[in-house]
Amino acid sequence: MARPAEYSRAEIPLFAVEIIENLEISPGVFVLSYRQKVDFIPGQVIKVALDKLQPPRIYSVCSGDNTELVSILYNIKEEGYLTPKLAKAVAGDNLFVSLPYGSFHGDHDPAYWIATGTGISPFYSMFQSGLSDQKTLIHGVSQLNQFYFEEELSWALGQKYIKCCSKDQDESTFAGRVTEYLLSLDSLPKDYKYYLCGKSLMVVEVRDILIDKGIPYAQIFAEIYF
Amino acid sequence: MVLKDQLFGKDLEELQQVSLSLGLPKFTGKQLADWLYKKNIHSIDEMSNLSKNARDLLNEKYEFGLSAPSKIQTSIDGTKKYLFPTALNKFIETAMIPDEDRKTVCVSTQVGCKMGCLFCMTGKQGFQGQLTAGEIVNQIRSIDENGEVSNIVYMGMGEPFDNLEAVLKSLKILTSDWGYAMSPRRITVSSIGIIPAMIRFLNESDAHLAISLHTPFDEERRKLMPVQIAYPIAEVVNEIKGWDFGRQRRVSFEYILFKGLNDTAYHVRELSKLLAGIKCRINLIRFHPVPGTPLESPDEETITMFKDLLNAKDITTTIRASRGQDIYAACGLLSTKELSATKQ
Repeated sequence: MARPAEYSRAEIPLFAVEIIENLEISPGVFVLSYRQKVDFIPGQVIKVALDKLQPPRIYSVCSGDNTELVSILYNIKEEGYLTPKLAKAVAGDNLFVSLPYGSFHGDHDPAYWIATGTGISPFYSMFQSGLSDQKTLIHGVSQLNQFYFEEELSWALGQKYIKCCSKDQDESTFAGRVTEYLLSLDSLPKDYKYYLCGKSLMVVEVRDILIDKGIPYAQIFAEIYF
Repeated sequence: MVLKDQLFGKDLEELQQVSLSLGLPKFTGKQLADWLYKKNIHSIDEMSNLSKNARDLLNEKYEFGLSAPSKIQTSIDGTKKYLFPTALNKFIETAMIPDEDRKTVCVSTQVGCKMGCLFCMTGKQGFQGQLTAGEIVNQIRSIDENGEVSNIVYMGMGEPFDNLEAVLKSLKILTSDWGYAMSPRRITVSSIGIIPAMIRFLNESDAHLAISLHTPFDEERRKLMPVQIAYPIAEVVNEIKGWDFGRQRRVSFEYILFKGLNDTAYHVRELSKLLAGIKCRINLIRFHPVPGTPLESPDEETITMFKDLLNAKDITTTIRASRGQDIYAACGLLSTKELSATKQ
């Protein structure tokens, strides 16, 4: 059953861009930026590839919509094809990206932003775009140095920035996973939106907890990292 | 203790390599394949056409590699569910569905699943690990119906195209002359549509393809199946349209009906637009609610009407018979319960 070797005819087109910065913000975790004048809605994703031979990977934009720099947050996956190479990229190198797309859209409605690990990315984009009014951000990590953008978020969101850490502890952090934090709450507002972003198990567990606490499923928006 | 490598699940080339590495003739590889995949034995010692020396050499480094089910449930309709233990106290499920002269086995490809579909019980376990080709084929070999299986569907726990290497290797073992020599036309692999893996599967296998569709609308599908962001159904279908499936190979679309969500005339109209130009079949599936999901099944009248409307649009549509409901034959519940029990 023959078929052209090209990856896929239906693939969203990729464009070459030049990397402006590739900054390691925590061990093995980078913010990569390139310049592209493009309109997007905070929360959207882009496809990223180093060449056109391998299928691109999808990353949430983590920069605001008010700058010409588009950034992504990524961590090195040792067994992966893209991220070990991406981590070696420097300013001036080429990268292939798609235009932003997707329907995980931030807005000004009251909402909970719930993330684990680098799943903070779309929420940081929303925050940078001025959408943090009436928001509570719950970020779960396993180690304290994984609270990316902590200083800025802490200063701006105050009590509405809830840090959950499953392995390390300090006085400003809930000791446990995001799911444990949510289960510890007596109730959650039923008229809020709930945005979830992270690995599938967290998203599935949080989604079940929210539904169990009476949140209508239509108000739950999930983005899973594959 | 040194863990021995397993023979069951190796393809012919690997078995020939095993033979050569032990100083045995290359043709011993073919003999091994015969014993592993064509005869009903359970140990290396039973390989009676190999010399005692060859069997000792094999026993030193390898084990046969079969794994027996730890639990079997039988439904009043004859459907059976097998629970197989895997490494690290995890479990997978296999269903055997008898139907007149057919015995269809539904195999798992992963322990848990990464995809997080709203309606799926397996997703609630998260992703626990990949199955090897041997563990996939073992689900056919180590059940009571070994030797009587007429059809195989890769529709159990896990996303087959997220474990493509093992799935392709298992298909090779099942369909090669040196293996089970089954016709690939009796095997269907079901996927949510991971496009790059689907292309490889279409190139490298002749088995049927089934795609989990569940709604033609982008945003609605995204709510049900988060993978829609990565592989939108329109892209999956566009890719399929580029392939010539010929007369023998079949592509079908799985469509679970959810009350008030994806069971309307609008969905029928959009489905007919989406699938225009593809010779395919839609399998409508009744939803059997699992704990923690807000979804419900529509009534029988709605299901029949939905089927009739699709048929009227010239899309061959069938309603899949529900089987093994009393033992939750298809929802990952048994293994999730077992997993919870081992965690306590």
